[in-house]
Amino acid sequence: MAPRSLFDKVWENHQVVPETADHPAVLYIDLHLIHEVTTPQAFDVLRARGLAVRRTDRIFATIDHSTPTGAPGADGSRPYGSDANRHQVEEMEKNCREHGIELHGWDSPLRGIVHVAGPESGRVHPGMTIVCGDSHTATHGAFGALAFGIGTTEVGHVLASQCLLQRRPKRMAVTIDGALAPGVSAKDMILAIIAKTGIHGGVGHVIEYRGEAVRALTMESRMTLCNMSIEAGARAGMVAPDDVTISWLRPHMSDMPEADFKRRAEAWLQLKGDDGAVFEKEVIIDAGAIAPMVTWGTNPGTAIGVDQPVPAADNDDDRQALEYMGIEAGKPLLGLPVKTVFIGSCTNGRLPDLEQVAAVLKGRSVHPGLRMLVVPGSEQTKRDAEAMGLDKIFMEAGAEWREAGCSMCLSMNGDIAPRGEVIVSTSNRNFVGRQGPGARTILASPATAAAAAVTGCVTDPRRLMGDSQ
Amino acid sequence: MTGKTKGFECTRATMVVLTQNNIDTDQIIPARYLTTTVREGMGELLFYDWRRDGEGNLRDDCPLNTPEAARAGVLVAGSNFGCGSSREHAPWALGDFGFKAILSTDFADIFRANCLKNGLLPVAISAEVYECLVANPDARITIDLEKQELRYGNDGMCAFKIDSFSRQCMLEGIDELDFLLSHQDAIDAFEAGQP
Repeated sequence: MAPRSLFDKVWENHQVVPETADHPAVLYIDLHLIHEVTTPQAFDVLRARGLAVRRTDRIFATIDHSTPTGAPGADGSRPYGSDANRHQVEEMEKNCREHGIELHGWDSPLRGIVHVAGPESGRVHPGMTIVCGDSHTATHGAFGALAFGIGTTEVGHVLASQCLLQRRPKRMAVTIDGALAPGVSAKDMILAIIAKTGIHGGVGHVIEYRGEAVRALTMESRMTLCNMSIEAGARAGMVAPDDVTISWLRPHMSDMPEADFKRRAEAWLQLKGDDGAVFEKEVIIDAGAIAPMVTWGTNPGTAIGVDQPVPAADNDDDRQALEYMGIEAGKPLLGLPVKTVFIGSCTNGRLPDLEQVAAVLKGRSVHPGLRMLVVPGSEQTKRDAEAMGLDKIFMEAGAEWREAGCSMCLSMNGDIAPRGEVIVSTSNRNFVGRQGPGARTILASPATAAAAAVTGCVTDPRRLMGDSQ
Repeated sequence: MTGKTKGFECTRATMVVLTQNNIDTDQIIPARYLTTTVREGMGELLFYDWRRDGEGNLRDDCPLNTPEAARAGVLVAGSNFGCGSSREHAPWALGDFGFKAILSTDFADIFRANCLKNGLLPVAISAEVYECLVANPDARITIDLEKQELRYGNDGMCAFKIDSFSRQCMLEGIDELDFLLSHQDAIDAFEAGQP
């Protein structure tokens, strides 16, 4: 048999019916993540056609996008941003009840951003196929799963049949050799990759991230890396499972007897690409050359090193982006005034991200007049952070410590950045208006965002590291 | 050639041209309108922040706000159209506004798949044809999905390609979910073989 990549193996393990010239493959889906935004119309289709949900046991359901991040009232009531937000969450509760799906709603300790809470639930495993009506589903590729975003019609297909019709994507290898410098994180790594491939360099492909710099990453960092694969245009991103994966999974699967887990772990560790596997596209990056990254434009491909000058605009798109951002070409973003800092999202809302922010904030204050929101990715992350006292560090510095959810990453729950002002955000998209109409987003790592919160302007986080105590 | 087929028709349609590249789905429909739980009525929200000013009034300088745009059947846009979020609300809004087809040099994967499931045809055209359409925004467009031919202006013609299965589904009104459910036995067998 010809050498196969990690992707090939997972794909071929899930073909119920292989593709032909006449029709796509019928691909079996092991785990379906669902949330309130992209499911109501799919449940309507099931209702209209009298169809049942085929496998409620293969669903992880939660609420995250429309949920408020303000504290609940004394009576437990949630301060929804709008009636529409509330209605959407109530529809999710109703649909799950009607179809017998367990919902990790307000009363569940596992509620959270679907791509943070899903892995924390211990149900994301190597070799799985995982889908969700959300483009950041690629996150779960960090475990060696084939995980990708789908539309609402396809959500209905999976609910009804546990399968999807899919044409086989192409393969792309992104190899990151060397080691990241101190103060440089997985977020900087993925921004540097997208800057190199461009935002459509991965279209039609599934990326496999490999190389010693990837092996050196924690699971949370691998999730950050895979999460933004869609920002390079790719369907999915994957990292082959290794001891880091197994060590992370064990405490998250504590219900499983040791012997069973060991048997599974042995199989998972076999799951990797063969030597000589073919990739239609290959990109190689030197981790040691990556600096803390910031974006100057209105898509994630416009990332540059924080000390690099903003490139001159040579086309209308770039000129419009610079005008929207209120940024001048030819000099670095260092020193640009910042009004809001957002820490959170499925990209950087996990515990180690919050720890990096706390390390910068400890003993310092948020710059006067700057609003800093720290939004944990899940209820579990929130509890863990509070157990470590991180919430106190944030609040003593003058930041807001909020309830878990997607929040200002896409600003559909009422958490909105002000028009015309610069926001440094640990989220994944700096599209025009993404964080509020007219808001000017700069994407960055948790450390870089925290540094901006302290100084009130775009800052190289390495300047503030190691000298905070 | 009439451009009329059983499930898809686009004959002598007028165009709206947006020359920006990398138009993401947050532009097509901003996230704050994703709170809806139905799929109807989204044409109003299409390109909301492009079509309206900060007070919600329609802008004079947006090509989507002309009387001609309200009757247009085709949207021509720069490369990598539909990148970003997987929201199917984007093709719902484009279809509800009245577009039958989107012409671009290339599309983002999830957006293209979502279009095909909603009778909205994503037609990939060459850079030459794109430039020609940008230079002739009054040209009429006729699309023959069965022959996979696009005719534009007086005598412009080019071939395009749509995945054969998606094309059959659109032309013959085959529902993809029905097709999936017709494989029930194979799905049962696959599940039976799972550990």
